[in-house]
Amino acid sequence: MAYMIVADQCTGCCACEPECPNKAISAHKSIFVIDPDKCTECVGHHDEPQCVAVCPIDDTCIIDETWPREEAA
Amino acid sequence: MEATAYVGVQDIKPLAQLLDKVAEHKGCGTSSGSGKASCGSSAGPADMSPEVWEKVKNHPCYSEEAHHHYARMHVAVAPACNIQCNYCNRKYDCANESRPGVVSEKLTPEQASKKVLAVASAIPQMTVLGIAGPGDPLANPEKTFKTFELIAKTAPDIKLCLSTNGLALPDHVDTIKSFNVDHVTITINMVDPEVGQHIYPWIYYQNKRWKGIDAARILSERQLLGLEMLTERGILCKVNSVMIPGINDRHLVEVNKAVKSRGAFLHNIMPLISAPEHGTVFGLTGQRGPSAQELKALQDACEGEMNMMRHCRQCRADAVGLLGEDRSAEFTTDRIDAMEVEYDAATRQAYQELVEEQRQAKVAAKREELAELAGADSDIKLMIAVATKGEGKVNEHFGHASEFQVYEVSTAGAKFVGHRRVDLYCQGGYGEEDALPTVVRAINDCHAVFVAKIGGCPRDELKAAGIDPVDRYAFEFIERSAIAYFREYLDKVAAGEIVHQPRGDADIRQGAYVAAA
Repeated sequence: MAYMIVADQCTGCCACEPECPNKAISAHKSIFVIDPDKCTECVGHHDEPQCVAVCPIDDTCIIDETWPREEAA
Repeated sequence: MEATAYVGVQDIKPLAQLLDKVAEHKGCGTSSGSGKASCGSSAGPADMSPEVWEKVKNHPCYSEEAHHHYARMHVAVAPACNIQCNYCNRKYDCANESRPGVVSEKLTPEQASKKVLAVASAIPQMTVLGIAGPGDPLANPEKTFKTFELIAKTAPDIKLCLSTNGLALPDHVDTIKSFNVDHVTITINMVDPEVGQHIYPWIYYQNKRWKGIDAARILSERQLLGLEMLTERGILCKVNSVMIPGINDRHLVEVNKAVKSRGAFLHNIMPLISAPEHGTVFGLTGQRGPSAQELKALQDACEGEMNMMRHCRQCRADAVGLLGEDRSAEFTTDRIDAMEVEYDAATRQAYQELVEEQRQAKVAAKREELAELAGADSDIKLMIAVATKGEGKVNEHFGHASEFQVYEVSTAGAKFVGHRRVDLYCQGGYGEEDALPTVVRAINDCHAVFVAKIGGCPRDELKAAGIDPVDRYAFEFIERSAIAYFREYLDKVAAGEIVHQPRGDADIRQGAYVAAA
């Protein structure tokens, strides 16, 4: 039920932070992290996860396999 | 850069001494000639309305003439971007790289504001503060406008400007106006989505990632709408276009018409920067940039009633100094934190008055020489490379030049048409070659090179390459010297001493302005 940011891919550009409808993204040193407790994969907010849509680096915002997937609303 | 002594506020008086000191940092000569505004700049007060002249006269990016005298700085407060371009790679960051999108450190608005004051005190001819990234200023509106707010409060004489891809521009035009930003640059590489889909893989718009032709269509509509909204509000607009051979090179003539009809003030067509090591899509696919002649031919083709910018150095989003130099290493956050900065508006103004006097002297010298040329009738055009470090004079040694400015001279006068990088730092594709052949390739389209001084060995090599090394105009004004040289050249052709021949093409080299000779 969450996305995660691959730390060594993140450029710290902060594009994702303001787009997250759940305020799940915050700065951690020079990069950004997603709080899995808050992430809803944007289900109910948008058609696609906003962090994935805006991130400039491919395959940086990815599904956190350790969390169960969100059910579509 | 180590060679340039740091100038603190306490050193700023007396002004005459300072002038000598700062003169060392300056980076140029001047232009004009064809009788028409060729650079939004070579244009002088006679070529534009007083209101427009007042806005551009001290702006190095909007006025070619000003760029020889006035400096700018960018603050990197805007890291986020809302589009992806095939010539940009946001992962890469190298101090030896000079291209938009690259910075060494990001700043908060508060850090940026302090940096601006520190630079304004150390470089009194710094007249312009721009926000150009490293992402898109309007994809970071809070940081961008907070920075403007802080600077407008503490240093109201500094002009504010920003450079955007235009996607978010229509949403922010009124805020831009409210901060008295009177210069905005939009990067417009196409007005046809068919072309655009090969330049932009995606955009992020209204909470959705758009790809392909839809992305290009939305982007183009937003850019042109934004341009119209700016010009309606009297904000001067420059359009940047990246020339990508085989993709948008011919199409840029259409772009030129489209932006001209919507009131753009200046069009800046820049060569694509792409090297494999940049890791950009174009770098990796081997997409080449244009040659010097291809670039100039396109710029010439677009130069109708529209002002063309030819003095752009494609600088970094944290550049500091005159165009063609970068003093950002002197103003890192660590250093600024340690500085006691006192903003001295009066000293800045007094210094700028001296710069203005110098500038007038140069204009007068050109006018005198041009009068001498009156009556000459010839189709000959010469290209002349000039080694200069500023003030519009031939005042740099050949071997110390990190770039040459290129002037085209004809019976219409001398006109700045470009610049060529020749420093050897971080240049993709050239490796360990000897410097001299590289320099020759960079100015191979020129008939002569004006220098303050030159050694015997390079002199012979230049001659062998058919380029006339000229040091008799050392420390003279560039344009006056170019016209004088041209007159002598015409006389020699008339007397049958020489046969005029056009020159070949030249390379456009890429890299950073990070090292002094």
